[in-house]
Amino acid sequence: MTPAWFMGGLILGPLVAAALAFTFPKRGRGMACAAAGVVGIAVTALIRAVLGGGVSSHRVSGWGAPLGIDLRADGLAVLLLALTALIAVAVTGYAAPYLRATDSPEARHRERYFWPLLLFLWTALNALFLTRDLFNLYVALELLGFAAVALVALEGKGDALRAALRYLFVSLSASLFYLLGVALVYGQCATVDLALVAGRAQPGPALTVALALMTGGLIAKAALFPLHFWLPPAHANAPAPVSALLSALVVKGAFYLLLRLWFEALPVFHTPAAARLFGMLGAAAILWGSINALTQSRLKLLIAYSTVAQLGYLFLMFSLMTGRDGGFGAWCGALLLLGARACAKTAMFLAAGNILRAAGHDRINDLAGIAQVLPVSAFALGLAGVSLVGLPPSGGFAGKWLLLSAGLREGQWWGGAVILVGSLLAAAYIMRVMTRAFTPAAPGTAVRPVPPIMEWTALALALVAVGMGLAGSWLAELLRVGGPWP
Amino acid sequence: MNVLSLTLLGVLFSSLLTGLIIFFLKEESHRLRTWLNLLGAGLKLVLVVALLRGIYLGKTYAWSFEFLPGLPLALGADANSMLFVTLSTVLWFWTTLYAVGYLEDSPHRSRFFGFFSLCVTATTGIALSANLVTFLIFYELLTVSTYPLVVHRGTAKALQGGRVYLTYTLLGGAILLLAVAWLYSLAGPVPFKERGAIEGLMVSHRRELQWLFLLFMAGIGVKAAIVPLHGWLPRAMVAPAPVSSLLHAVAVVKAGAFGIVRIVYDVYGAENAAELGVLPPLAIAASVTIVYGSVCALFQDELKKRLAFSTVSQVSYIVLGTAILGPLAAIGGLVHLVHQGLLKITLFFGAGNYAETLGIHRVSEMNGVGRRLPLTTAAFTVAALGMIGVPPLAGYVSKWYLSKGAVTAGDHWVTVVLAASSLLNAAYFLPILYRAWFLPPPEKWPAEHSFGRWETHWMLLAAPLVTAALVIWAGVFAESAFSPLAWVKLIAAREYGP
Repeated sequence: MTPAWFMGGLILGPLVAAALAFTFPKRGRGMACAAAGVVGIAVTALIRAVLGGGVSSHRVSGWGAPLGIDLRADGLAVLLLALTALIAVAVTGYAAPYLRATDSPEARHRERYFWPLLLFLWTALNALFLTRDLFNLYVALELLGFAAVALVALEGKGDALRAALRYLFVSLSASLFYLLGVALVYGQCATVDLALVAGRAQPGPALTVALALMTGGLIAKAALFPLHFWLPPAHANAPAPVSALLSALVVKGAFYLLLRLWFEALPVFHTPAAARLFGMLGAAAILWGSINALTQSRLKLLIAYSTVAQLGYLFLMFSLMTGRDGGFGAWCGALLLLGARACAKTAMFLAAGNILRAAGHDRINDLAGIAQVLPVSAFALGLAGVSLVGLPPSGGFAGKWLLLSAGLREGQWWGGAVILVGSLLAAAYIMRVMTRAFTPAAPGTAVRPVPPIMEWTALALALVAVGMGLAGSWLAELLRVGGPWP
Repeated sequence: MNVLSLTLLGVLFSSLLTGLIIFFLKEESHRLRTWLNLLGAGLKLVLVVALLRGIYLGKTYAWSFEFLPGLPLALGADANSMLFVTLSTVLWFWTTLYAVGYLEDSPHRSRFFGFFSLCVTATTGIALSANLVTFLIFYELLTVSTYPLVVHRGTAKALQGGRVYLTYTLLGGAILLLAVAWLYSLAGPVPFKERGAIEGLMVSHRRELQWLFLLFMAGIGVKAAIVPLHGWLPRAMVAPAPVSSLLHAVAVVKAGAFGIVRIVYDVYGAENAAELGVLPPLAIAASVTIVYGSVCALFQDELKKRLAFSTVSQVSYIVLGTAILGPLAAIGGLVHLVHQGLLKITLFFGAGNYAETLGIHRVSEMNGVGRRLPLTTAAFTVAALGMIGVPPLAGYVSKWYLSKGAVTAGDHWVTVVLAASSLLNAAYFLPILYRAWFLPPPEKWPAEHSFGRWETHWMLLAAPLVTAALVIWAGVFAESAFSPLAWVKLIAAREYGP
């Protein structure tokens, strides 16, 4: 089998499973497991192919760009595909007992729609990472947005619905901006293929406007400060597995597209001024998100604001991509950070879901005794915190180190300072939660039992986040494939 | 991967694996956990002895692994690291034994011993790090793995102490990270090398190196409890006694002091540092800490708090020895790394026995304890006299070399500091000894437990007796070939030799 088959499997596997899960509601979980199997095999094979033979590309049905659809897997795409698969599998394992908690009509309704939506979301992400033209990327982005909004609305209660509606509004208008930009690019370059656009692009007002529109839309979807306002309510009110997916993957999808846009399609626009603007927004996001996380009274909201902060680190990368090593250090740092934080965030949201189920609330001030009742979840929360703060040997540390040393090498002291302050603030809000969790409970507090698999999934992901640092060299080697670095 | 590097990794993994397994043991499997603990600690001891023998025979141990592109995680064993690793491994073994006895029947023991083992793993890693980045990684790991031990009891006071500890150490860690990353951007991963690894920057980056030195000292000084960065140490006293021994003698404070030794000798090189003019301020900071810590100790009625301030003061002897140029002072400082460990751990074991057996926490309650716990008090006395610097005990040897070194280097004011500190040490230790031996015991102890045949649980008794014996050995046999002093002379000869 050739890499083309694997790429096809990555998109078609979850897509077919989604359609089947929708048609046969009772088989939703089975379909997700089947899709997980297919994607797991395909991703593993694709990683081997990319590491062994460089970038794989495929023209669907033999029609190449600009008319047909090109699929292309380089190191960046493969890394994100693997990350998506890992988190989707974990969420699948977690969601099965989570959704079966009660046997009410609402619960059955939720389960009925959860699996197809999860699978659609997965399809959209895989398609996003593999397609190579701006229009198909728009389609994938739109599908992603709809699946995400529907998943938020799944809870069906007041706050969740309001948050979902707000999210839908932002997502739709952001897509519109993006599409306008794509139309302008097409008008200028007569193509929407990333590589061809890069060849034909001439800096000028039309393309500047186009890039500004697309970037604006994507920044809103990626929830970069100051367009992050929709994220905390949406992420905090969704069911735990959905919050995990949204925070770990969905916002990262938009970020991925920004990378492709700025570093592949239109690198001519990556001027120092633009880089500085991104860097400043990133720095503001780190500080604003962290400070807000410190003041939240609910655990899920705290984690959501911490996501806002973490996204800031990714955008800091834009200002550090000017180094003598062609920015490879900063690039690896940001993507390692992305991977480690995605796992850590998933672990935290899943652990928060466990706490919510056991205690019936997630008020930070009333978390006393949680470490005794749910030791594994508390441990997962702590370990994920270690990665979030960026203490060694976690992936968070490796990423932070690379960004920091890139910043210092380029003499960008303010970037280094923001990274350090951000991690200290992260330590402060994690410590706030852990201190409460380790306080002994008042006797006689009633808790509901939590199935072990829900606890261990959270811990497993936290361990991946912590262990990822040790695989740093290997991941860097993977990321080198298909990039402009020697 | 050969036998040599396997031995090196074995030293690290003997406690890492033990810790990871212990996390998953059931709370009730007391016997299995104890055996695992002692097996891990014993295995580590055997491997360290093998390592010492190998180094004595001239073998080199090294292992590295590319952690990130261009960033090796490197372990190695040089004379300096063996000093620290041997100290922490020997004390570790006895602390484990002590902790098993101390925590009998208390809750969450699997969690406790899991983190306990992780903590010593991190300490071993710090000792065996062969470059600055590896040092940083284990240094931060130590911070993380100690926190759950400090808050182990879960009381409001313990949590408060833990919060203070984490605030100080994480801030220090962030400063250290900045310093390491900055130096990395100038000079790469900076492998530790006798006489320094930054020769090439001496002329071109003089000003940067001075700033970097300040950052390094500020970052590491938190763990070494240099005034004004010492605030966490007295407050971390709420932790159980074995953890206090860990903080004060085996791991945390020691890691700080060892880090300062590494930075001065193996990153900068003593002569380069002197050339940059950064050593005199360090010597002054150390002297201030020595006097300030002792003065504070005078006013503490809580026994463990008094010991904590005594640590603040004593650890800076090591820093002081490092900051004074010349082999003699270096010997005095380095040997105190070992001596202070032996002395302080004995004192904390003693304090733990008083608390656990009789419920005594304050100096004012200690009247006549010598009659009820004669062996413990004898060990305590030996260590206290050693701290004061009574010959021929361990503390005397350190102070002797320190003052000789200071006089040789022309820093006569240091002898005044040392003399003042010895007087203060006597002033806060002798009243305790007087109460313990010469005042009549009260009719009833605050909370007495009986442990059958011996004055206290045999594990609680064995540990201080052994460490007190080591204190006597390190002093009396200081000039023999098998003593900390002999090893330290070797290090000093390499750093300052021709």
